[in-house]
Parts: sequence; C-alpha cells; structure tokens
Amino acid sequence: MGQLASALVIVIFGVLGCAAYFYGSNFLLDKLFPSKNRSYDVVARNLRITSYIRPWLFLGPALLALGFYLVYPVVESFRLSFFGRTGEEFVGLSNYVWLFNSDEFYQAFKNNMLWLVVVPTAATFFGLIIAVMTDRIWWGNIAKSLIFMPMAISFIGASVIWKFIYDFRSGDDPQIGLLNAVVLLFGGEPQQWITLDFWNNIFLMIILIWIQTGFAMVILSAALRGIPDETIEAAVLDGANGFQIFYKIMVPQIWGTIAVVWTTITILVLKVFDVVLAMTNGQWGTQVLANQMFDWMFRGGGDFGRGAVVAIIIMVLVVPIMVWNIRRANAEMEGR
Amino acid sequence: MIQSSKRSPLTWLMHITVLFLVVIWTVPTAGLFISSIRDKDQLSVSGWWTALSVSEQRMVSRTTIPKEPVQENGLYVLKGNVFEEGKSGLITRFGASSLKPEAFTSGTKTELKKGLTLIVLENGDYVMTSPKAFKGRGKRIFYTAEIPPRFTLDNYREVLSAEGLGKSFINSLTVTIPATIIPILVAAFAAYALAWMKFPGRAILIATVVGLLVVPLQMSLIPLLKSYSFIGSIFGVGSKGYIGIWLAHTGFGLPLAIYLLRNYIASLPREIIESARVDGATDFDIFRKIILPLSFPALASFAIFQFLWVWNDLLIAMVFLGNSADELVLTGQLRELLGSRGGNWEILTASAFITIIIPLCVFFGLQRFLVRGLLTGSVK
Repeated sequence: MGQLASALVIVIFGVLGCAAYFYGSNFLLDKLFPSKNRSYDVVARNLRITSYIRPWLFLGPALLALGFYLVYPVVESFRLSFFGRTGEEFVGLSNYVWLFNSDEFYQAFKNNMLWLVVVPTAATFFGLIIAVMTDRIWWGNIAKSLIFMPMAISFIGASVIWKFIYDFRSGDDPQIGLLNAVVLLFGGEPQQWITLDFWNNIFLMIILIWIQTGFAMVILSAALRGIPDETIEAAVLDGANGFQIFYKIMVPQIWGTIAVVWTTITILVLKVFDVVLAMTNGQWGTQVLANQMFDWMFRGGGDFGRGAVVAIIIMVLVVPIMVWNIRRANAEMEGR
Repeated sequence: MIQSSKRSPLTWLMHITVLFLVVIWTVPTAGLFISSIRDKDQLSVSGWWTALSVSEQRMVSRTTIPKEPVQENGLYVLKGNVFEEGKSGLITRFGASSLKPEAFTSGTKTELKKGLTLIVLENGDYVMTSPKAFKGRGKRIFYTAEIPPRFTLDNYREVLSAEGLGKSFINSLTVTIPATIIPILVAAFAAYALAWMKFPGRAILIATVVGLLVVPLQMSLIPLLKSYSFIGSIFGVGSKGYIGIWLAHTGFGLPLAIYLLRNYIASLPREIIESARVDGATDFDIFRKIILPLSFPALASFAIFQFLWVWNDLLIAMVFLGNSADELVLTGQLRELLGSRGGNWEILTASAFITIIIPLCVFFGLQRFLVRGLLTGSVK
C-alpha cells in the first residue's frame, strides 16, 4: 500500500508539474508582452512576438521527448553499429561483416520474412471475410466483439494461452493441450508442436494472427460501410451474385484501406518479440530479428555494436513503409 | 447492403462460418479461464474441456502417525482419510505398494506383510492395524478415485500471495497510470499547435511525426540504455526506475498521440476558433476552454490505446525497470513464471488471467472509444 500511495503522490506531482509548465510559460509570455491597455503599436508588436513564440511553448515538451526517445536514438544506433561491444572503439564495418556471415542472422531474417508474408496476409484475409459476413447477420456485433477481444490481451498473456493449447504430454498420459487432444480425436499422433521443425514458426504466427485479425476486421468493416449503397444496388440490379459483388465491387473500393491494414500489421510483425521470447526464445529454428537484437543487447554483458546492427536491419525494413506513410499523409493534407 | 432472403443456403453458411470462427477465437481464452479455476490435481491429468465430468485419478497419500499410539482390541490402529482437507471423491481401488497401486477394491479388508491390515472405504476413510506400534514416517496408501469436478479460487490465492503477483499488479498500475496521463497532456498541446497555429516548419514537423510513428522500438533501446546509465551516474542514482519508464513510454507513445489528436483537432470547425480569436482570446485560452472539452472522444481513444499498450508491454519494462522480484510488472512476472514454473499450469493459467483481466475490462467497457480511435488512426 505504501508503494501505491507514493506512486499516487508522484503521479499527481508529475501531472501537476506538466500542467504548471504550460500554465506558467503561457502566463509569463502574456505578462512579458501584454496585448491589452497599451498603445496600438505596442500591442501589434507584442501580438506578433507572442504568436511567434507560443507555438514553441506548446510544442516544446513533445519535441524534447520525441527528440530524445526517437530521433536521437536512430542516429546513435547508426553510429553504434560501427563500434565495438561497449560502444567505445571504432570497428568499422566489422559488425556488418559479422552479421552477413552469421547463420543465426540468416535464420532470423528468413523467419522474419516468413512472418511478414504469412501474418499480415492471414490477418487481413480473415479480417475481411469476417467483416463482410458479420455485417449481414443479426448477431454480427457480438461476433465482432468476441473476435476483436484478443487485441486487449498482451503478447505474453496470449503466449501462455497458446502454449497451453500446444501443450504436449509424452507416453500414455492424457493430453491436456487442446491441439493434441483434437489430433488424437481424429486418430493422429500427438506432437511436441513447439519443437517441430519449420511448423513451429507457423504455430507462433497463429498467435499473432489471432491477436491481429480483430484489428483488421474493425477497420475493414468501417470501410465496407463507407461503400455507397447505390453502387451495390446497381450491381444487384445487373444480376451480380454475392461473390461477384465481394470481389468486383467491394474489394476494389476499399483497396486503400486494405493496404493501410496490411502495412500496419507488417510494422507490428517486424517488431515481433514477446511471442518468440515467451514461446521458444528463438530455439528450434524460430529466431526472429527483434528477439535476436534483444539477445545481443544483454548476452554476455551485452554487445551494443552487434545489437545495433540488428536494429538497423529492422529499421531498414521499415523505411519503405515510413516513406509511403509520409507521402500519403502529405497528399491528404494538401487535399484538405 | 445486399438484400438476400433470410433462408437462402448462403445465409446459413454465413451463420455457421461466423459461429465457427467465433468459437475458434474465443476457445483459447475460455480454456485458460476454466483451467485457472480448476483444482490443480485435476488440471494436470485431464483436459479443461472435461472439467464438468467426473475424472478418475490415481493418487497417493501418506498416513499420519499419532504421537500417542491408539490401541483397540490389542492392536495398534491408525485412522484417517486419504483425501486432503476440503477434497472428496469416490475410491474405487487401493493398494499399499507402488508396484500394485490398484490391488484391492475399496471396502475390502486386506492383509499386508507383518500382520498389518488395511481397509479403505469408498469415502476415503482408512483403518490400518498392526500388532506393533507405528513408528517413523507414515505408510503410503495408493488409491484410484473418481473425483467429482471441483472448482476453486485456490490457484488465484496462491499466485497473488506466494508467487508475488499481487505486488506486480501494483507495480503495473504504478507504471501504467502516469505513463498514460503524461503523454496525453504533452501531445494535446503539440497537436493543437500543429493543427491551428501558424509557424515556420509546421509541415515538416507533421511529416516527422508521421515518420516516427513506425520507428521500431528496437532502434531506441541501446542508445537509451546508455543515456540512462549516463544520466544515472551524473545524479548518482540507479539507471532503472519509475520516472525513467514513464518518460520512455511517453516518448514512444507521443507520435501516435500527436497524430491521432492532431487529426481530430484539425477537423474541428474553423469558425469556433476564428471567432474566439476575434474576441481576443489567446491560443492558450482557446486550447483550454474550447479545444480540450471538444476533444474528449479523441483523448479517451488515445488514453485507452496507451493504457493497453503500457499495461501489456514487456520489452520496455524489461529494459528500463529492474528485474528483481519486487520491481517486476505483471507481464515480466508472467514471463518469469513461464520460465520457472513451465509445467505448473494451475499457476500459469491463473497468473495469465490476472494479467489480462484489467485490459479485458477496459476493452469491453470502452470498446466504442477504442474502435473510434483505431478508425481515426488509420482510415483517413
């Protein structure tokens, strides 16, 4: 309880401090350059000055935080990738040479690519199918809510949930993992799924698909509702059947949204870490880049150079999506 | 939308497919919850889907030796019940050695070695007699019992106290609440400036925020780890602590916060802001009295996002918070248990459920805001 109380005090302190900054700095600005009860010239000059300064007062804390936590680290990581394990001696390209010669990296890279292909595709596909179908049945909203639910569950919680499903008992012990029980029901042989070469990657991906399908469904469902009724009515009048309407009318109309969903999940997949750490910690051929990076950060006291190199690779993979996002945002603002 | 007749086969197919998918999506969580409230002995020998049926278990129990020997009819007697306190079942078979654990049917009196006799009744009561006084450790009784389904909160009691989850729960709250409130405040001001104030470089800043949305966390970890230990050494304090993690979550949450709030604030009607300006209100007044109340839905959406994200985060907590038992947040504690208690599903399921219960409540309670936030965040 004592901890909770002190936490509460610090919370109030922090939030008040934050509020005090905004109040205080704006108050000070208005006092220094008053815009009331002065001659016209003074007021005009003061207004100009305050309107020049105030945006930066508003932006200040945000810019500081963004700079320190995101911009500077990108630059610093890049620099560190040319330095040794403690980040002090310059080693040139040797981290990169090490990276491209290590089997561990190729394994992780290959797996990451597999994740990138499978997870966004499957989640978007299921999301779209579910969105289309739930819009047409009376209990659709309940169904949506339940499929959306895993979104709220942490990756590590989801890992426990699925590890329980993949659980394996050797010998004649009854299988308490659902998957093995189902396999047994259909006359198959129970397996230790987590160590099953190659397929274990798929079993880990299922966890992320399970979490992300709800996200895809919600966004795509909203986009589907945005399709004008007239378009679909016209298609119905022309004698199109359900599947034709889906493939030829709906999907092309929401293509932009599908792309957004797909890229959002792609970004998430690139950073996938918790699931792999919790399920296998990269053993049995399931390593991915984010987990490898974490591993190098602390392995044997930590190798910052090699960790930074792996981070750079993840960053490089993200850059195309980043550029695409920025261009899309810019185009949008010009359209406004 | 399509006006298809209610009874067409396609509609039926749709109902069945959706039902099937809903079942697949909910069964994993349901299994976890059911398992967490099952008796741990049953949990380890039968699947959770059999939770409601009677399970047959082979167990072993050790008799207690009373301090004062009890004698009846010239024989030393041991009486008791094989079941632990609070448990019950129907004994079908019993035995006295691990080689023949099912040697006898319940209710039959059997002769063992050295003149010992043993009888175990269906309800678990046993009577053991011996010509000599019982000494040393108790004798083992093996039994096969039909155990009725039993649900209990014992698993929760155990993880909350013995496994330290109660402490972690408070730690998680301590991390999450400030890490949700601070970025909202900081981002709201920045979003207003980016939406309605004129200054050089605004377009570039907006583009930067959009770009930063996708910067992987992994890029930041090593440099921040270095910076934190540097700052820590200057002030002579440890590099890991709550303030550090709050600010880290603030930094990482800001791009999304600014982006969401800017989109929302920029879509507010221009007339309101212009007319307030004409009346001589400063931007600070406009923000405080007009923008902030109007932006409540957007603020709520982001608050939910950030809350879920911080509560569910493992990576940042592992890097910026210590790994000792009393500093772990729920996700970290769960990961720890996954390593140390890998096979104890009663502990893992109960712990996992405790870590996901708060997000689930937030999710079902405030789903409306969450959906709205998702939509402004990506469909535009």
